[in-house]
Formats: sequence, C-alpha cells, structure tokens
Amino acid sequence: MNKILLIIEREYFSRVKKKSFLLLTFLVPFILLGMNALVVYLSINGNDQKTKVSVIDESGIFISKFKDNKSIDFIESVSSLKEAKKVSSKEGGGFLLYIPSNIRTGGKAEMLSQKKPGISVLGTIEDQMNDILRTKMLEDAGIDLITLNGIKPDISIVSKEITAEGEKDSNAGAAYAVGFASAILIYMSLFIYGAQVMRGVIEEKTSRIVEVIVSSVKPFQLMLGKIIGIGLVGLTQFLLWIILSTTLMSVGGKALMKDPVIDKTEYVKEKNSDQIRGEGLGGQVLNALDTINFPYILTTFLIYFLGGFMLYSALFAAVGSAVDSETETQQFMFPITLPLLFTYIMSFSFIVNNPDSNLAFWLSIIPFTSPIAMMVRIPFGVPDWQLFLSIGLLIGGFIFTTWVAARIYRVGILMYGKKASYKELAKWFMYKE
Amino acid sequence: MLSIRNIVKQYANHRALDDVSMEIEKGSIFGLLGPNGAGKTSLIRIINQITAPDKGEIWLDGEKLNPSHISKIGYLPEERGLYKKMEIGDQMLYLAQLKGLSKSEATKRIKYWFEKMEMQTWWNKKVEDLSKGMQQKVQFVATVVHDPDLLILDEPFSGFDPVNAEIIRNEILELNAKGATIIFSTHRMESVEQLCHSIALLNKSHKILDGRVQDIKNAYRNNTFRISYLGNELPEENLEIFQLITQKNSVEGMEITIKISEGKTTNDVLNLLLPKFQVTELNEVVPNINDIFIQNVTNNQL
Repeated sequence: MNKILLIIEREYFSRVKKKSFLLLTFLVPFILLGMNALVVYLSINGNDQKTKVSVIDESGIFISKFKDNKSIDFIESVSSLKEAKKVSSKEGGGFLLYIPSNIRTGGKAEMLSQKKPGISVLGTIEDQMNDILRTKMLEDAGIDLITLNGIKPDISIVSKEITAEGEKDSNAGAAYAVGFASAILIYMSLFIYGAQVMRGVIEEKTSRIVEVIVSSVKPFQLMLGKIIGIGLVGLTQFLLWIILSTTLMSVGGKALMKDPVIDKTEYVKEKNSDQIRGEGLGGQVLNALDTINFPYILTTFLIYFLGGFMLYSALFAAVGSAVDSETETQQFMFPITLPLLFTYIMSFSFIVNNPDSNLAFWLSIIPFTSPIAMMVRIPFGVPDWQLFLSIGLLIGGFIFTTWVAARIYRVGILMYGKKASYKELAKWFMYKE
Repeated sequence: MLSIRNIVKQYANHRALDDVSMEIEKGSIFGLLGPNGAGKTSLIRIINQITAPDKGEIWLDGEKLNPSHISKIGYLPEERGLYKKMEIGDQMLYLAQLKGLSKSEATKRIKYWFEKMEMQTWWNKKVEDLSKGMQQKVQFVATVVHDPDLLILDEPFSGFDPVNAEIIRNEILELNAKGATIIFSTHRMESVEQLCHSIALLNKSHKILDGRVQDIKNAYRNNTFRISYLGNELPEENLEIFQLITQKNSVEGMEITIKISEGKTTNDVLNLLLPKFQVTELNEVVPNINDIFIQNVTNNQL
C-alpha cells in the first residue's frame, strides 16, 4: 500500500511540476476569460452603428412615441409607402417600419428593407410597440394612468413571476449548454489523460525501467499507482481551472462589464421593458446559468470524470503495455475509441434533444458510455436511482476493466520486440499468475 | 541461502524452464550460465517474484519466497533502464523507497554510494544528460543501495568500458566480502570464470550442469599437460606413457601438449624427457568454463 502511494506521488509530481502542465493550467482560464470578454463585448458593442428606421404609421398610435436608443433611431417618414419602399429597397436604404391602420384588430406591422434586420432590432421595436399599444389600450379602457403608475411596483412583482416562468425556458437552454460543455470536457479529458497513462506505460516499457520497478512492486500496483496519479493530475487541473476561472471571471468580469453595465441599466430603465432582454445575450446566458445547480453538476462531473477515467485509462494502460512504441497503438485504440465516439455523437445529435428517452437512459447506465451520456442528461434532471445505478455500474465497470487490463499489463510490460495481436493479448490474459 | 526446487515455467507453447533445481550457498558468487534463450531471465524473474513459476518452489534463507524478501534482493536487469527525464537523485530515492527504505535512510545511503563512485555532482542531472557508462553506474547504485543480501546481476559488465568494469567488479567483490550472495547471469563465460565459486549451466530450459567451479573443472580434466623445453626436436612418442596432441616451435624451444595415458603420471613423462631435454615448464591444461560450456551445449544438442 505504501508503495502504491510512492508511485502515485511520483506520477503526480513528475507531471504537475512540468512546465506544460503549469502553462496549460494557467493559460486556459485566461483564454476562457478572453472568450467571455469577447462574447460580452460583441453583444454590447456589436451593433455600434445605429440602425435608422423610418416609420410609416397609418394607425397613428405609435408615431412620435417611439424612443430612440443606443442602436436605433426612429425617423418619422414623410413620404408615401410606395416612395419609402423604393428608398428602402436600395442598398443602404435603411429600414422601413410600416404599421397598418388595423394594427389593433390583428393587422401586422411590416419591416421592409434590403437586408434582414437583426433580432435585437426587431425585438426592441416589438417591445416598444407592445408597450405603446398597451398604454394606449389601457387608456382606452379607462384605466387611469396615475393609478397605473401607482400599480407599477405591483406589476414588477408580477413580472418577476413571469420571469420565473421564463426561467424555465432559459433553463432548458442553459441545461443544453452545460450538458454540451461537460460532455465535451469529459470526452476530451478521457482521451487526454488516458493517453497520458498509455504514454507513461510505453515510456516505462521502452526505457526498460519497468523491470527494475516490478522487481520491487507488483505490476498491478504500478499500473494502479500510475492511473490514480494521473487521475489526480487531471483532478488538480480541473479544480485549478474552476477556481482560477471563477476568480478571473468575477474579478475580470466586473472590471470588464463596469462601463457597459451602467450604460445598460440606464438603457434598460429608459426602455422600461423586459429586463432580461435588456441585458443582452451575454446577460441572458449569465442569468440562466445562475439558475443551474453548479455544485451538483460539478460533483457529478468529477465523479464521472474519475470513473470514466479509471475505466478507460486501465484499457489505455493495457494497450500501452502491449506495444513497443506509440505508433503501434493504433490497432488497439480503435475499439477503445469507438464507444466514446459513438456516445459523443449520440449526445449531440440525440440525447440533448431527448434526455429522457430509452436510448439516453441506456447510454447513461452502461459504464462505457455513461460518463459522457449522463453528463448530458444531468442538467435536465435525472432521477436519483438512475444516477446511483449508473455510478454503481461505473465503479463496477472500472474494477472490471482494471482487472482485465492488469492481466494483460503484467505480461505485456515484460514482452519486448514482439508485435502483439488480439490473439496474443487473449493468451496473456489467460496466463496464470 | 537460495534453494531452487523443481521449477517449471510454461508459456503458451514454450516451456521456459523445465524442472530446474539448484542450491546457492550463502556468501558465494554463483554463475548462472547459458546461451541466449536458455531460460536464465525466466529463472531470474521468478526469483525476483516478477513472475511466478507454474510448478516448484523457491526458498530463501529457510523461508518460502514471499513479498517480504523483495527488500533483500537487488536486481540489475540485462536491459538497463531509468526514467530519462527524472533527476538522478530523485530517481535513486524513488527506487530505494520502493525497495522499502525510509526517505532519510535512502538519502544517506545514496549519498554514501554517490561519494564512493564519485558521482556527487550528478544528483540534479537527468539520465538523458549522462553518457551510457555513467547511466550504468547509476543503475548499479540503484541495485545495491538498499544493501541487499542477494544480488542478482544480469550481464553486469556489458556496456562498461574496461576502467568502469573494473570498478564495478571491485565493488561487487567488496559486497561479496561483506557477506552478500551474488548471482551472475551471463552467456560470456570468461567474465565470470575468475569470479564465481559455483555455477549452473542452463540450456534449452534444462539445467545441464552445476556445482563448484573447481569440482567441475576437475571433472573435466583429462590428464592433459603442456610442457616447454629447450631444443627443437620432438620427443619420441611412447603411446604407453603419453600421446602428443599439439606442438609449437618457438625461439626459446618447443611447447607441446600431451595427454598422459591411464595410470601414468607426469613423473613418467619427465623420466622420459629429462635425459634428452631441459624442461622449463610443466602445466596441467585445465579446461576453462567456456570449453566445458560449449562441450556441454553441443553434446546437449546431439
């Protein structure tokens, strides 16, 4: 036992001390921050250019009530619809908003232009029109505007409820994103750290130190120590990434958002409209992400990362022991890669859209596919019994693969210059102790 | 010290060791000899508990071989290997600790050995920065650092230049003088002939010969002598007393090898020669291990 600890210690520190590890660990959060900053920047400053919208209002309700904002200027069109259309059909002719007179009775407003208007432009206009029309209708219904303003605080409570409704919606989107992200992370890390185990085994085999070491410890101890050591390296990296990223995001994010946020809040106030939309795409995602249970996701992520890693890296270790160089690993890598790749593809094409389907269930239960499939499902909510069944089977799975791998490994590491075939591996597996 | 009893090791369609037994005395230097593929490495791996035999037992100091013996054995494999990118000092510490030494004890011993072998400046170097001969020295230290009772050296002198080979040789002899039992495994007989007390000869998974070197040599003596004398004539052959095998004419005189017939002694030969020649040298021609080895291996193949 003591010896396994020694091996773990060596495997761990020899990797953690490497420059490449430090570089990657500290660089990734900055890249993440940079990407985030870019998204925020684009969502805030993406439409620097003001969109000019000419308005022809046949209903007479809206005209002069539109408010210009940071990205849209409203211009009351003096020309006829026909002429205005002509102008707008030219390149750079701007947008033409046509509001028919029957807008209150089901008529549709039209946005006419040579190019497509952006979603945010359309949204803003729709919001403003709804507001204006609602005010008008309230007035028409004889509701006193002062009373209405008095009711305002209440309305904001009501709108919170509505927001709660809306949260469900944005939650699905966020769940989608979180599921996506964790599946990609697990998929990549299984390969990255699994390959590290394999390379470590090959290194020991080709440098022949393995014979010295197995004269001191059992091959199984060496293999397990290596797997655990590298697993801990992966864990360390993830934890550092999470800590660094969140620190950077909250520190850097504040600094970065400071200016625009003030702008935004003013803009929101001025617009007096749906707050979430007001904060733009970035804010929307951030708001939605707030609603996700991150401790839960993180815990399950780490469990599935470790479980999947143990399961697959044992196989990677067996492959490493069977070959003399990395170039020979190809033939054995295929069957290991296959279930991972399959789940990966299925996750994005199917599971995210049908997280509760039978296929998704089975993929998230079978140990070889569950680390990826379950991570996709978890943000959508998974019954506890399924989660425990899946984790239980995953533990059983890695005990099984470790056992199989160890039997191949103990023979493989001492076989030099022999090209192993599957038949050969089966023979090794059958050897007595 | 080490008792190897009826070991059988079977690989899928190849029997690496077939009913091999031998006894290795405490404090002796033992030569495990045989051509490549004879089963030496298989046997060594079994002694090191890297693999287990299919049949048979190994006893060490009156105990059946078990994991507690690992710290008593030092093993220098034929294929040398160290972590290329790990610093020498750390590497030594790691290997010594795997053998069961505490960190402080390991540090002390490594420092002692590094000083002894004049390697003090290597502590922070990486293996890949050392020459091959230097790596061999490091590997040797790694083998002996935990002060093993039993030292198993597989082709210990390969890869050393003559100077370093001599250093290592002396270190081995010193360890032996301090009580360590040493097993040499090699297919190069001349390197062990002067060192070994006893040998065992393996060929094609079987032990074909073992015993004390002197006894084996005696057994293979066949009354052959080399005689030098002044003059350039050959003695008259007298088949009753001896048979002439080779002759060599040199400036100083003649050198002949003869086989003395059954029942006769060197005195009978001298009686014959002395009246005619001035004899300057008379030596018994004792077969060397290499000859015995080749003789046995070829016989074995017939």
